[in-house]
Amino acid sequence: MAGILSSSIARKVAMALSGIFLVSFLALHFIINLTSVFSEDFFNEASHFMGTNPIVQFLLQPILVFGVIFHFVMGFVLELQNRKARGDVGYAMYKGSANSSWLSRNMIISGIVVLLFLGLHFYDFWIPEMVTKYVEGDMTGMHGDTFRYYEETVHKFAGDPIRTGLYVLSFVFLMLHLLHGFSSSFQSVGFNNKYSRGLKGFTKAFAIVVPLGFAFIAIFHYVSHL
Amino acid sequence: MKLTLKIWRQENADTKGRLETYNIDGIEEDMSFLEMLDVLNDKLVREGTEPVEFDHDCREGICGACSLMINGEPHGPDKLITTCQLHMRRFNDGDTIVIEPFRAKAFPIIKDLIVDRSAFDRIQQAGGYISVNTSGNTIDANSIPIEKDKADMSFNAATCIGCGACVASCKNASAMLFTSAKVSQFALLPQGEVEAADRVLNMVNQMDKEGFGNCTNTGACEVECPKGISLENIARMNREYLSASVAG
Repeated sequence: MAGILSSSIARKVAMALSGIFLVSFLALHFIINLTSVFSEDFFNEASHFMGTNPIVQFLLQPILVFGVIFHFVMGFVLELQNRKARGDVGYAMYKGSANSSWLSRNMIISGIVVLLFLGLHFYDFWIPEMVTKYVEGDMTGMHGDTFRYYEETVHKFAGDPIRTGLYVLSFVFLMLHLLHGFSSSFQSVGFNNKYSRGLKGFTKAFAIVVPLGFAFIAIFHYVSHL
Repeated sequence: MKLTLKIWRQENADTKGRLETYNIDGIEEDMSFLEMLDVLNDKLVREGTEPVEFDHDCREGICGACSLMINGEPHGPDKLITTCQLHMRRFNDGDTIVIEPFRAKAFPIIKDLIVDRSAFDRIQQAGGYISVNTSGNTIDANSIPIEKDKADMSFNAATCIGCGACVASCKNASAMLFTSAKVSQFALLPQGEVEAADRVLNMVNQMDKEGFGNCTNTGACEVECPKGISLENIARMNREYLSASVAG
C-alpha cells in the first residue's frame, strides 16, 4: 500500500476513487433524505433498512468510514507535499485567477469546512445512532409506537435556525468542493475523451443539485415547523 | 514608454533574494520583453551596476530557454506565447511590472531570474526516447502507416519546449503536463509501444524523485503553456501508468 502510494499518480488516482465512492454514498444519502420531504413512512422504512441491514452496517459502513478518513488524510498529505514542492519563497505576485478557478485552487479550504461539518453531523446523528444500537442494544428503531428516524431528523432543525444555517452553509462549501472535485476525479483516473464534455456537465449538475437539495431539506424541516 | 520594474535579484541558490526597483525610460512598444531587459541591462552596465541575469536563446519561441513570471503569470499576460514573443505594446506607459523567476523546489535559482531546469532533462533521460538501430538497418519512420489523428496528437504533444511554465503556474509545482507530453508523444505512435511501460514508469518515478508536486487538476498548466499542451496528455499518462503498473 505504502509502495503504491509513493507514486504521485497512484496518490492522485486513490484520491479520485475515494472521492467517487463518497459521491456515490452522497447520492444515496440524498435520495433517502429527500423522501423525508414527501413521505414520513417511506423515510422511516428506508432509514431503518439502512440502519439495521447487516451488509450495510458491517460491510458498507466500515468501508465508508475508511473512505472518509482516507480521503481527508490523503487530502492533507497532498496539501503538505504540494506546499513543500512549491518551495520556501513564494511569488510576490501570483495571478491564479488568470488560469484557474478559485474552487480548484482551494479544495483544502472547502474540504476543511466539509470535515468540520462532518464532525457536527456525526455528533447530531451518527454517534447517537451508534450509541442507541450498539451500546444500548436497541435495534428496533422505535420510539413509542413509531419509528424514530423522521422525528429525530425534524427535531434537529425545527426551531433551531443556527443549526439549520450551519448545515446550509456547509452544503454550499460541499457544492464548491464537488464542483471541482467530482469532474476532476475522472481526469485523474485517465478518463478524458469524447464523452468527457457530457460527463463534466453531469458532474457539475450533480455538484449543484445534490448539495442545494440537502440545503432545501434542512430548510424545509425548519420552515415547516415554525 | 516609462516603466517601473520590480525585479527579483538573488546572488545564488544559497543567498536570500529580494525585489529591486528600477526605473526605465525610452522603451518602444515594438520592443520585445527581452529587448526591454537588454535596454535595462545596458543602462545598468553603463552605471557600473551588475546586470540582471535572465535566460534566453532563440528569441523566436521555439527553444524553451526564456522563462520569467511577469506580473504573476508565466511568460506574461498573453496566452500561447513565450516571454521572447511578448511585446511591450502589451503594457502601458507608467506601468509597474513585477518580474520574478519560475519558482519551484525542483527549479533552484542559479542567479537572479535564471533557474536550474535540469530536472526536466533528467525526466526526459529516464525514458523520453525510443531505441532505434542506427547501424545501417534503420527503418524509415514514414514506412509505418499511422492514423492521422494519432499522428496529430503525437505531434501536438511533441511541441512541448520544456520551458517549465506548467510548473511555474501550478500552485503545486507539478510537472505532470511536461512529463505527460513527453510520454504521450511516444505512447501514441507504434515506434513508442515497445518501451511504453518502462517509459512511463521510469519518467513518473524520476518526476517524483525531483520533488515536483502532485497534480490537482486546476488546469493552470494548460492555460499558461505557450504551446497549448492539453490536459488530455495527463489523462493519457495516468492510463499508461496504471496499465503499466498493473501489468507489472
